[in-house]
Amino acid sequence: MSVTVRIPTQLRSLTDGLAEVQVEGGTVKEVVTNLEQTYPGIGERLLDESGALRRFVNVYLVDEDIRFLQGLDTEINSGQSLSIVPAVAGG
Amino acid sequence: MSFVEGLSCRECGRMYPISAYNACEFCFGPLEVTYDYEAIKKVISRESIEAGPQTIWRYSDLLPTKATPNLDLGTGYTPLLRADHLASELGLRNLYIKDDTRNPTGSFKDRVVSVALSKARELGLKVAACPSTGNLANSVAAHAARAGMEAYIFVPANLEHNKIAMSAIFGGNLIAVDGNYDQVNRLCAELAMIHDNWAFVNVNVRPYYAEGSKTLAFEVVEQLGWQLPDHVVVPIASGSQLTKIHKGFNELATLGLSEENHVRISGAQALGCSPVAQAFLSNADYITPVKPDTIAKSLAIGNPADGWYALETIRKTGGGAAAVSDEELLEGIRLLAKTEGVFAETAGGVTIASLVKLVSSGVIKPDETVVAYITGNGLKTIEALGDKVGPTTTISPNIDSFEEFLHR
Repeated sequence: MSVTVRIPTQLRSLTDGLAEVQVEGGTVKEVVTNLEQTYPGIGERLLDESGALRRFVNVYLVDEDIRFLQGLDTEINSGQSLSIVPAVAGG
Repeated sequence: MSFVEGLSCRECGRMYPISAYNACEFCFGPLEVTYDYEAIKKVISRESIEAGPQTIWRYSDLLPTKATPNLDLGTGYTPLLRADHLASELGLRNLYIKDDTRNPTGSFKDRVVSVALSKARELGLKVAACPSTGNLANSVAAHAARAGMEAYIFVPANLEHNKIAMSAIFGGNLIAVDGNYDQVNRLCAELAMIHDNWAFVNVNVRPYYAEGSKTLAFEVVEQLGWQLPDHVVVPIASGSQLTKIHKGFNELATLGLSEENHVRISGAQALGCSPVAQAFLSNADYITPVKPDTIAKSLAIGNPADGWYALETIRKTGGGAAAVSDEELLEGIRLLAKTEGVFAETAGGVTIASLVKLVSSGVIKPDETVVAYITGNGLKTIEALGDKVGPTTTISPNIDSFEEFLHR
């Protein structure tokens, strides 16, 4: 299944400047793995050495922070999009 | 004159030039303004500060703007009130209230916004914007009007009426969003990537914005006669204010303007939104985001950007944390008002109620010199008091009626 992923400014040097990309995946983890295959280098920017989402990266499935869902194991339904957003904002 | 060297990533140390940019390209860590302290040391002194204006700009050597000129509604240098009545109620010997209800728009946000929009103008940005829980909206709206900047201000639609009115009156675009603050914040983080020539004060110009909170530390030390307090209690929303107060104390020590920094910093949160306090109390090494449910809307950030650093600061300074119920925070507002004559908004109620808890649990010692930061004015959150306030009695317009009440 193809998923639309919104890419933050910080990562667009890895996606040929694209703000939105299409990748395959049924869970967030699969999407990240496939992002890394298509755009090498993006994986280490999103995940730390232990494979967990970096502290200052937020990922949203439609409108919900995946930390409130099943994290990287969150399943993605057809037509849903992912947004990667830097966490350092607000307050 | 500015002594800024650049921006550095707090996580991985990568350096960036001065620009409207808030997160590290590599690890997404927050960018922090760094200064040439050796150069500042040559020009700054207690006397040079004391000769400055009665505003935050008396500390302009330690702020990241070039003063060309700075945006100024008269923010800062608010009273540090000795609070003997509240102190004796709590069993403390030296308690002070930093009364930041007195800023131009009634909260500490005027400090950060003055700096953020001064910097925005310097960077050539023409539009002011922000996601806000209310106080920031009030301040950005007012300062944008003062600066002649266009404004786009995003707030949760369910905000207190007074905060809506106080944002709208200044004439910018007030966008009410059907969602909680974290959702508004996320929207703005994405909008800031599209409208990257706007100054989202707490997003893309956040490194400068956050520096404004250091003045809360500078003023307290100066007002104590250049003495550091032993312990401060600071409310936590994003956690930025608490970490910047710590940075402020450190800078004064680095520059030889005060003794070495041993100030203990404690955090105050509302129970219905207490991710940092819960992490502290359960000894966790990560912050679990929450969905806020509290009347302390100005502190209702469930996924605090600087939560981790606030937690780290509390731990390394030997402070504590408290989480108080809505009932306790309302009692906190009342206690401060009736003992010291200061009317705080809900966040101030959280601070006072947390102070009470931290004293009774022994975290704050009776002989410590303590400062509680009261960061917003009670007039902004009147509706939170509901029917808890009202006339003592209602009488007929004659003497007998009053005398009857008096001798009831």
